[in-house]
Amino acid sequence: MDDTFQIIDHYLMIRLPEEIDHRSCREITRKADALMLDEQVSHVVFDFSNTKFMDSSGIGVLAGRYRKISCFGGKVYVMHADSRMKRILRMSGLTNLIEFMD
Amino acid sequence: MENKMRIELDALPENEGFARVAVAAFVTYRNPTMEEISDIKTAVSEAVTNAVIHAYEEKGGRIVIRCSMQDDLLHMEVEDSGKGIADIGQAMVPLYTSRPDLERSGMGFAFMEAFMDSLEVKSAPGKGTCIIMEKRLGNLPWAADGE
Repeated sequence: MDDTFQIIDHYLMIRLPEEIDHRSCREITRKADALMLDEQVSHVVFDFSNTKFMDSSGIGVLAGRYRKISCFGGKVYVMHADSRMKRILRMSGLTNLIEFMD
Repeated sequence: MENKMRIELDALPENEGFARVAVAAFVTYRNPTMEEISDIKTAVSEAVTNAVIHAYEEKGGRIVIRCSMQDDLLHMEVEDSGKGIADIGQAMVPLYTSRPDLERSGMGFAFMEAFMDSLEVKSAPGKGTCIIMEKRLGNLPWAADGE
C-alpha cells in the first residue's frame, strides 16, 4: 500500500505529488474526501516534501478540504512547503486559513 | 534573432504536464533561472487547464500553443476553439470562478498575471479564447551569456 495517505492520531496526512495540477488534484480530492468521512480524522495535513510544482488547482484542493474539515472544528496544516509554494499559498490568501507546521 | 515554435494538442488533463514542460524546454537555451522556468510553467498550466475545463468543459478539443523568443522576450499564445468567455473582466477577478462545483480556486488569471510580465485575453462567446502572455527573461547579468 502506498503511503500517500495516512491517518496518524486523528490527523489525515497527505503526501502531495511532485506536480500538483488539475490532473493530479482530481485523485487527491477523491481519496482525501473518502478518508475524511472516517470519524477518526479531525485535521488534515498537506506534506509538500516532494512537491516541485503547483498551479491554482492545488489552491482549490486545500481550500476545499479546509471548508469541509473546518465545519467540524478541524484545521488544515501545511508542512515542508518551499518558498515558492508558500508564495503561491500567500497570493491566494490561503495563509489566513491554514497553519504552517514547520 | 527570432525563434518560433507551435504545438497543437488535445485538450486533455493528461497533456497539461506535457504543455508546460514543452514550453519550458523551448526557452531553455536562453539560460532562464529556475524561478523564471517555474513562472512560465505555472502560466502555461493555468492557460491550458482553463481550456481543458472551461473552454471545452472536459469534453476535449484542440489547443494551440504558439511561442516566440525575440532576444530575451518570450511571447506566448494559448488558443482554443471552445465556448469563449462572455465577461472577461469578471473571469479575471481573483477568486472568481465559474465552476465552484469543480473546486476551482479562481486564481488562474491572477497567477498568469503575477508570473508573467503581461497578459491579454481575447475571447467572445462561441468564438474560442486566445491568451497572450509575455515575459522578459534573463535580466540577470550572467544569464544568456555569450551573445
